[in-house]
Amino acid sequence: MKVIVLIKQVPETTEVRINPETNTLVREGVKGIINPFDTYALEEGVRIKERLGGTVVVVSMGPPQAREALQDAIALGADEAVLLSDRAFAGADTLATSRALAAAVRKLEPYDLIICGKQAIDGDTAQVGPEVAELLDIPHVTYVRRIRELEPGRVVVERMVEGAVETVEMSLPGLITVVKDINQPRIPSLKGIMKARRAAIPVWTPADVGISEELVGLRGSPTVVEKVFVPQVERRGEILEGSPREVAEALLSRLEALGVR
Amino acid sequence: MAEGLGEFIRVLAERCTGCEACVGVCPAGAIEMREGVASIGDACNLCRACVSVCPAEAIEVAAAARAEAAEGQGVWVFVEHRRGQVAPVVYELLGQARRLADVLGTKVSAVLAGEGVAALAGAVAGPVGGGAAGPLGAELIARGADEVLVLDDPALGDLREEPVAAALADLVRERKPEIFLFGATALGRSLAPRLAARLGTGLTADCTGLEVDPERRVLVQTRPAFGGNLMAVVVCPGHRPQMATARPRVFRSLAPDPSRRGEVVVWPVDGSRLVSRTRLLDYVEEVTETVKLEDADVIVAGGRGLGGPEHFSLLFELARLLGGAVGASRAAVDAGWIPYYHQVGQTGKTVAPKVYIAVGISGAIQHLAGMSSSDVIVAINKNPQAPIFKVANYGIVGDLFEVVPALIEAIKRRRE
Repeated sequence: MKVIVLIKQVPETTEVRINPETNTLVREGVKGIINPFDTYALEEGVRIKERLGGTVVVVSMGPPQAREALQDAIALGADEAVLLSDRAFAGADTLATSRALAAAVRKLEPYDLIICGKQAIDGDTAQVGPEVAELLDIPHVTYVRRIRELEPGRVVVERMVEGAVETVEMSLPGLITVVKDINQPRIPSLKGIMKARRAAIPVWTPADVGISEELVGLRGSPTVVEKVFVPQVERRGEILEGSPREVAEALLSRLEALGVR
Repeated sequence: MAEGLGEFIRVLAERCTGCEACVGVCPAGAIEMREGVASIGDACNLCRACVSVCPAEAIEVAAAARAEAAEGQGVWVFVEHRRGQVAPVVYELLGQARRLADVLGTKVSAVLAGEGVAALAGAVAGPVGGGAAGPLGAELIARGADEVLVLDDPALGDLREEPVAAALADLVRERKPEIFLFGATALGRSLAPRLAARLGTGLTADCTGLEVDPERRVLVQTRPAFGGNLMAVVVCPGHRPQMATARPRVFRSLAPDPSRRGEVVVWPVDGSRLVSRTRLLDYVEEVTETVKLEDADVIVAGGRGLGGPEHFSLLFELARLLGGAVGASRAAVDAGWIPYYHQVGQTGKTVAPKVYIAVGISGAIQHLAGMSSSDVIVAINKNPQAPIFKVANYGIVGDLFEVVPALIEAIKRRRE
């Protein structure tokens, strides 16, 4: 079974700072890591390989330093890794990102299953998985918490939806996005780290994957970020003071005035 | 000058004073001075830092020749439902769609797909009033739709993403809406991207603000990013429809107005073209608690200040007395004190109860993102500097282990 895992390198923390003068992100000193949700996708791919045999190929798009995330993925059990990196890919929205990833996946055909994390912690959009599936004309299932059955040409998964769990059958090749509940990712082995150090990670450009520069990066992005700002949430509050019993009474009176009893 | 799809940034040479303020702020290093006038090079990523910093207002964002794709009329809302039971977010979106359509001077269409939905909507083509439409059609019209577009076919039965996206794409190409809104539910977040990729248009996830700029006739979408630490304003200038999702309970629905009039239009579907390679085998509701967090009028939520799992029993007792549910901050969930389905915030649930009582929660921005639209927020925390007090209507600075039992006693006393 050949599994392709799509990963993204993200800042280690979402506690970003913004330069108030320029309205741009302060990126200095922020370490890049594999998007935490993608580590579950990678782990699931590696477990499938261990159970059924085959290979796990990891693909990422990003600046040259995203190579570190791919090395980490090899240390965690991936067999091969490919980095999509080129100036033309920069500034991509989800659609332009999906086009680049889909083009890379086509070059890796044939494959059985593509696995993604449910979303990235920086953008939180959850869009790239389904968009890649559509562009590749394969089916997809989101929010998978368990793979129940997996055999050539067919998978049965449990999918989390609001207040319920769906059991869904999908033909392969197909794409799933996974949630945290699916597994507990391992830590890298020493052997894996050694392997990652030696690993050759090819870097592909738009030309390498046969896609026009018009369709990727900022130029291929239908959406434009007009500005970013730090949210201000503030309301005028009343501080209730007194003994615990006094503040409890004061609060209840106010809540009762609002119809809560 | 850099040109994106539909937009570029330019310097008005006659206004430029040569102060070089823009050169210093450009993160892409794309600006250089030529003969005392700023010049924007190809590295420009349209971030607009220079526009806001320029003291002479000499730098502006200009629209490139309007792409031919930017035509279209009407604001659409996808009607998510389970066997005819409409998801509440649909009514919230209809309220937004109504407001946007009124600014644009256009119509609101509710798009209802499924098997047997024509009968529920009122299958008579042509103008129908609230009385003549089926119950579902009448409700959608009363909540703000001018028109209910019905796609009815067995292939759309379980609202599988592939056939629904294919049918919606055909309808979009035929009718050319300018805006198409989806709920940011499990289905909406799976279906909308599939459709956007099929149409080659932009999609903005989890919008918390939707406005139209009537001059440019674009949808101005505000959404959180980086776990709510940043807000981004996103537009889709050159492609139609402009697609967006919004989380449930972020917007308010309109009160139903039964006097509103509208049409139910059943659209022909070629079911033989609609294939699904996924199949729903089973659907099992997971009952987690007596009052669902999202539906509760009162939520009592606990955070790190509780100090351990055993103290959540205090919150459960308070919630029970108030007829509410128990929520939690990510810190409490990550510590393993309470299961994930109690988590409120950016990576948990978004809630908007009448009363939200935050106990021992400092109020990280990620938490605020999930509860700040509550009607009344009460904060109980021993640290007076905790950011939660900034959003609280009522704050109690004190030891929760004294205040919460006092509250429980006070309620019991009043009931006697």
